[in-house]
Amino acid sequence: MTNAYFKILRPGTNTTIQDSGRNHLYHIGITVSGAIDQRNYKFANHLVGNPLDEAVVEFAYQGPLLKLTNGNINFVITGDISFNIIRNNSISEEGKCYESYFLNDGEQIDIISSKKSVYGYLSVSGGFELEKIWNSYSINTKAQIGPNNGNKYSIGQIINIKKYNIKNIKAKCINYKCSSDNIVRVIKGTNFDYFSNQAKNIFFNKSYSVTRLVDRMGMRLDGPNLENIVNTNIKSEGLVRGVIQVPADGKPIILLSDHGTIGGYPKIATVISADLDKVAQFIPGTILRFKEVNLEDAEKLFKDYNEETNKYLNEHI
Amino acid sequence: MIKNISNLGDASVYCDFGSEVNKTINSNVIDYFNNLTLQVKKGKIKGINNLTPSYNKLIISFDLSVTNFFAIKEVIQNLNIEKSIKENNQKIEIPVCCDNKYGLDFDRLSEKLNLSKEEILRHYFSKEYFCYMTGFIAGMPFLGDLNEKIQCDRLETPRVKVPEGSIGITEQFSNIYTFESPGGWNIIGNTPKKVFQKLNLKNPALIKPGNKIIFYQISNEEYLKFND
Repeated sequence: MTNAYFKILRPGTNTTIQDSGRNHLYHIGITVSGAIDQRNYKFANHLVGNPLDEAVVEFAYQGPLLKLTNGNINFVITGDISFNIIRNNSISEEGKCYESYFLNDGEQIDIISSKKSVYGYLSVSGGFELEKIWNSYSINTKAQIGPNNGNKYSIGQIINIKKYNIKNIKAKCINYKCSSDNIVRVIKGTNFDYFSNQAKNIFFNKSYSVTRLVDRMGMRLDGPNLENIVNTNIKSEGLVRGVIQVPADGKPIILLSDHGTIGGYPKIATVISADLDKVAQFIPGTILRFKEVNLEDAEKLFKDYNEETNKYLNEHI
Repeated sequence: MIKNISNLGDASVYCDFGSEVNKTINSNVIDYFNNLTLQVKKGKIKGINNLTPSYNKLIISFDLSVTNFFAIKEVIQNLNIEKSIKENNQKIEIPVCCDNKYGLDFDRLSEKLNLSKEEILRHYFSKEYFCYMTGFIAGMPFLGDLNEKIQCDRLETPRVKVPEGSIGITEQFSNIYTFESPGGWNIIGNTPKKVFQKLNLKNPALIKPGNKIIFYQISNEEYLKFND
């Protein structure tokens, strides 16, 4: 007997498989990838009883319409997402995020859209039947690495689900609300002094808005120009998630999970680890402000972030 | 060796080996990279996720749940670096066809450099190159140094699509486009050799930092037959 699977009736705008990311390959130009919102990724696995590093479906803006075939499953959706469950009797049931559901053979999940954020996650009990590439399930569409030959999903494709005894699963939910604050905490960058005093002042005191030029690689911002008084290029060097580069046009770019591994624009700052999930979820038009913290504060804030995540991971209602 | 160690954000260490781009500085970077890679593989250093060597920097990114900046900084300061002779001596040969259908920018180069295509190619193929780093896109090597006579700026407007296998030159460097990608380097030819193979899981990138590269010219016939 074959496994249960999802048939993709509508692919959505950017539907991929993600996990905790792909490491130890920056030096050959392969970026980290992974779920862009790691906390919601973990919650998705937790709520269906999976190990926290299991593969999930990540979608953005409009999500997929999926038909379950050949079995029954438990699933959950995390994020700030509007979705319906289309039951076999044709009744459409409005779904709630962070609450696991039982889905019968033939029923459908219609992930209509994200609300005040970009990304959401779908996890199924037992996980998906996929192969790891370089120790990760993450799909990197730029280098075409990962499951589905490294491409986003398209209509008519299937995603296989692992065999799993769903009788062991208890319905679970957590009471989590995505962050709505728009303060981005950063540590000064390695090229902070390439910028004029006025630019430094503007960076921390004026607002920036998220443009439409945003994807899993990075987020271009609009706002007052940041004047570079040294050089608008540096010798190309390594990059990491959260780095804020400022090219010659003076507008900052925040690098996200699929960023290029090296680059030659000056780094004005780096987003602290505790704020990476939040930043990646900003929709175009979001107004944000940068706030400087020091390394010690950033480490403390990351500890708080982890503790908060763990609090929900231990919560069963 | 390392001139300065600082933090890049809260989860990376930024090692600065000096402001210039030259082989000596880059070899130092690569020695640290090779040594740290070995230690990470042996499980001697916990929490390191990635090591990114470049011309004159090494960035070490780590899992902030496992370790932190000061712990990694201390490890680096106490490293006993040995010269990685084995890796540095590896020579890789790359065939290149420079027919005009592959070498897209000879008109521009001839004008800017005041050299004929033949002279440009003579300077290009008469040197052995050194891999400073790989990246930007998967497996793309940054090789140096070009003869001063053929050093030229990037295109004013980058191409939206540079064909896979293209050989580019700009400033003191040469590269190989491992995938079709946007790019602004002057294209002088194309190699049929696969420089990045994602299906070769153990060794996807043919060229690694520290390797020596010898380019040699082939005809279009040889190009077309190369992968038979």
